[in-house]
Amino acid sequence: MLELPKRKNPVLRTRLPTLPPAARSRIALGLTAAAALGRFELQQCRDCGTVQYPPREACQGCLSIRLEWKPQSPEAELLAATVLHHSNDLFFRERLPWRLGLVRLDCGPTVVAHLHERVAPAPSRVIVAAKLDRAGQAVLVALPDKEANMAEDRQLREFTCDPKFRKVLVTDGKTALGQAIVKALAAAGADLIWVGYAEPWKKFAGFDELKPLPQVTLLPLDVTDSKNVREVAAEIGGKVDILVNNAEYHRTYGISNRPGVDTARAEMDVNYFGLLRLAQEFGPAMRSRGADGLASATAWVNLLSIYALANFPPHGTFSASKAAAHSLAQCLRAELRPAGVRVINVFPGPIDDEWNQLLPPPKITPAALANAVVKALQEGVEDGYPGDVAQEWLARWRDNPKALEKELST
Amino acid sequence: MSVLAQLATGLAAGKIRVVDLTETLSPEFPHISLPPEMGQAWPFRIEEVSHYDERGPAWYWNNFSCGEHTGTHFDAPIHWVSGKDLPQNATDSIAPERFIGPAFVIDCSKQAAADPDFLLTKPFLLDWEKRHARIAARSWVLMRTDWSKKSGDAVAYQNYDETGQHTPGPDTDAVRFLVEERDILGFGTESIGTDAGQAYHLRPPYPCHYYMHGAGRYGLQCLRNLDQLPPTGALVVAAPLKIRNGSGSPLRVLALVESR
Repeated sequence: MLELPKRKNPVLRTRLPTLPPAARSRIALGLTAAAALGRFELQQCRDCGTVQYPPREACQGCLSIRLEWKPQSPEAELLAATVLHHSNDLFFRERLPWRLGLVRLDCGPTVVAHLHERVAPAPSRVIVAAKLDRAGQAVLVALPDKEANMAEDRQLREFTCDPKFRKVLVTDGKTALGQAIVKALAAAGADLIWVGYAEPWKKFAGFDELKPLPQVTLLPLDVTDSKNVREVAAEIGGKVDILVNNAEYHRTYGISNRPGVDTARAEMDVNYFGLLRLAQEFGPAMRSRGADGLASATAWVNLLSIYALANFPPHGTFSASKAAAHSLAQCLRAELRPAGVRVINVFPGPIDDEWNQLLPPPKITPAALANAVVKALQEGVEDGYPGDVAQEWLARWRDNPKALEKELST
Repeated sequence: MSVLAQLATGLAAGKIRVVDLTETLSPEFPHISLPPEMGQAWPFRIEEVSHYDERGPAWYWNNFSCGEHTGTHFDAPIHWVSGKDLPQNATDSIAPERFIGPAFVIDCSKQAAADPDFLLTKPFLLDWEKRHARIAARSWVLMRTDWSKKSGDAVAYQNYDETGQHTPGPDTDAVRFLVEERDILGFGTESIGTDAGQAYHLRPPYPCHYYMHGAGRYGLQCLRNLDQLPPTGALVVAAPLKIRNGSGSPLRVLALVESR
């Protein structure tokens, strides 16, 4: 069990972040693409069925080039374990000793995996998972069982963004979702949670219930006000390990049901420019703290929408603002990557809230979405699609984006 | 000596004080809130263009944005449906001499302190006239409540509870009296809105907007420093920005006060 890290001596130097080896071939990125969604996929030959590892152009069994990424069983056996005491790679050099093993997957290939400390000496049964490392690339880890907690393991904690012991900023505590996220983070062991709220004179339900939580500090934060964002970042930016940007402006309608651009502008101001303001003001401090001990800066979560992938015309301008935010989040991901800080985009379907009043169920509840946010942090994925609607849209979008566009326009 | 020369001399000698009745425009200053499904006025926002830096090496300047009804601001008759068809009803068409007028300052500070929903009534005004002077035609009537002393605390200044906003203002009869029997230029308050916070429930809703603007008169709100004005004798200069067909504008409101 990890314990709450000691308070940092504020006069000590903060070491610069280093990254594990990040180069991958385009084909090898298939492993990363699946791991980004929390999936374990390997190439499998469509002709002879052989499962491949490492990723390759042609089947190692029959030389067919008809290889396809498919979900694989994580069941495996540890053949041999070793402890690395020397490395010329800067990332591992700083983290020695490091435990590795040779693991034979039940589906065929033998792989090199990072070992959880609770994995029994070889031979022993293990569960293999593909996880994103601090460089944002997939690596394989071997766990003693499906319940193994990676955040409690010194090595594997590097592959999660677990909120336990971490200091988190939730940008909007005024919504039911924001309040649910705060409660879920507190339950997951966050050390301290700053909760932003805009327009403090407006009363809002549930907010007062946050005050008694010992982890919570409320602070006025309006992502449309550059000066305010700058001042809040100046005050707490150097301590934020995880930033959850759930500030959102959402109104119904597309182009022709609503005259003027003011509402669309307000959506862009919160959903797109709000993210930009936060990224400009909080990004630099988080980049400098990517290697700040056990509770380093680790993740940036954006509440996007499944409508970011394909425009949902009845909520057309909102969709456009979320698509803009999605694009900017990709830029932020690239810019935070050198520090090992992960950008996690969450794409829910309609949330069961005021602005989706007239949409029929299923709608994801704030509590379910909040749990999905915490789970995404714990599992260290990059993209989350919580709820039935999001999963279904994702499947249709991956299958054929044009077909989804046509389906949504009728 | 001409009147204007006397004015200039008085200003130079400090015999005439200039009292600033204006709140500072800043992002923190509370702004008007409407139900969220309605169109919203932009709050004041400001972005730096350059600050003697690579964006402009020797100069500092900002871009700002806000609605016409932001901070200390002027309401033109065209703002309200009752004044929409009047002549000279917008910020660009109002005759400029109508921006300057004597101020009659009605002290309601004790009443507003006791009751945030305090309504200024016609009997209250008649009683005030008995003690001070008859309100002159073509004058600004300013309702002093000392509400502006809360302006550093947005929550207290807006004063919302589950039934909405609670701030002082005039009742229907008081507004009609000022327009129909005293022929004033306009009405000014220290809170957000020339009407009371609960004026939606008066008949008609928002009577100060309805009657004042319906009669081609003006509004000033979010004023401050009214406690530095005498009940009578101050001269108010309140000229809005010359926005084409503008319904209002943030402005600098100045009062000239003669020292005794």
